[in-house]
Amino acid sequence: MTSSIASSPPYDDDAVRGFTVMSVVWGIVGMAVGLFIAAQLAWPQLNFGIPWLSYGRLRPLHTNAVIFAFGGSALFATSYYVVQRTCQVALFLPKLANFTFWGWQAVIVAAAISLPLGYTQGKEYAELEWPIDLLIAVVWVSYAIVFFGTIGKRKVRHIYVANWFFGAFILTVALLHIVNSAAIPAGWMKSYSAYAGVQDAMVQWWYGHNAVGFFLTAGFLGMMYYFIPKQAERPVYSYRLSIVHFWALIFTYMWAGPHHLHYTALPDWAQSIGMLFSLILLAPSWGGMINGIMTLSGAWHKLRDDPILKFLIVSLSFYGMSTFEGPMMSIKTVNALSHYTDWTVGHVHSGALGWVGLVSMGCLYFLIPRMFGRKQMHSVPAINLHFWIATIGIVLYIAAMWIAGVMQGLMWRAVNADGTLAYSFVESVKATYPFYVIRFMGGLLYLAGMFVMAWNTWMTATAGRRVPASPLAATAAA
Amino acid sequence: MDILFLLVPMSVVLALLVIGVFAWALNGGQFDDIEREGVRILLDADQSPRSGVDVHQGSAQHGLEQSA
Repeated sequence: MTSSIASSPPYDDDAVRGFTVMSVVWGIVGMAVGLFIAAQLAWPQLNFGIPWLSYGRLRPLHTNAVIFAFGGSALFATSYYVVQRTCQVALFLPKLANFTFWGWQAVIVAAAISLPLGYTQGKEYAELEWPIDLLIAVVWVSYAIVFFGTIGKRKVRHIYVANWFFGAFILTVALLHIVNSAAIPAGWMKSYSAYAGVQDAMVQWWYGHNAVGFFLTAGFLGMMYYFIPKQAERPVYSYRLSIVHFWALIFTYMWAGPHHLHYTALPDWAQSIGMLFSLILLAPSWGGMINGIMTLSGAWHKLRDDPILKFLIVSLSFYGMSTFEGPMMSIKTVNALSHYTDWTVGHVHSGALGWVGLVSMGCLYFLIPRMFGRKQMHSVPAINLHFWIATIGIVLYIAAMWIAGVMQGLMWRAVNADGTLAYSFVESVKATYPFYVIRFMGGLLYLAGMFVMAWNTWMTATAGRRVPASPLAATAAA
Repeated sequence: MDILFLLVPMSVVLALLVIGVFAWALNGGQFDDIEREGVRILLDADQSPRSGVDVHQGSAQHGLEQSA
């Protein structure tokens, strides 16, 4: 199959370009809020007694911004990019795709305003009040129409594996959002959940864990399955394995939610199901990790000089770590120690910073130059610098939280000979202080890496304008 | 645990839908000639005409010969 510029289909990349740039912007915003609230945990004076700067209100702003604004924008950008090129066809209804861009930005801005003002439904990763939930539903249905419509008019009969992951992510997130956000309005920015008590908890964590499994895992595996082969210039290690682990993954993830509710009022048998399926999940998850990493088989030397590949392959290492740690923490005995401690925070961030963050950065560094007519980023050494700063930041973060978490768990259960508790709660808070400081430093490094990326992105995007308008220079710039 | 009256039927319907989609894929030839599909993304042109950059990957031919 030959390719020439004249015969390749014109792709619709306006939304891709918009989402690509905004991923970097929202990444900085979301991580900066995260850094601020991490500082507040170590130095509570930073709450300043101002309600809209308080930890309780800013935490959901951080989680929503990094998951939906940063992660979401990266998913929109890459899925729109990949579906066109793997189907050899332009986007279905490109104007609707542009609507999803502006609609999603509106959702993010609405979140950034309403959350610090204290409007919340009180459900984790689903805090946004009902009018914003409706906007999300409209944007998401539009997204599904564009994505599946594009697949529907494909010129290649085979649907590339990445599109299966993207498709599953889009459909399940629609279902999860609609079911979990069901609420009865009681005012313009006030509502009551359609569910109550432990039943609401069950629905919430069916949603919450599937948000992790489909939004943060399946979606980003879709990214991985396209951009690692493209960057490494080698096909997926085992295409057969990619299909097998896809189906295994989507079947098993749905049932893991109860592991968030061990030793709560949730019935024991439901907890056991959650534990069992979480353990089973280890296999298909590692299938994906092995497939992605082994794609470099015969080309390991490329890791030396290609920092984009470093981002992508190291992200899979963190993915493997997190998908081993998660099942371990789903074991009830282990969970009895880890629940409510900072170990959970460490686990979340090893997945979020290590897997989601690094794979997004790798894919964005691939996309950004192409969105602005370049072959590569303005500065490849700067990509390398970002990689090392980010990785060191991640290690500081998760190590601090592991130590803090296990320490908290042990302190809370320590009893004296007469059966009384050995430590008061505030003693465990005091003991955690140094680890909050280390975690802050890890996060600071991670955010600093994003600023390097923002600089590099700016230089790449504006490069065309900085080239003088002479024929020789114009050719050199292409 | 009345919520199960919602969650269990919904999960069963979902599982049946997933099986249905898998059957459609199998019968529709999605799993024929698998390894070639993995290489296909390395062969196609990625750029639209106006950007002027051709990222056609020459080394993909080597990959295709290896898997054939």
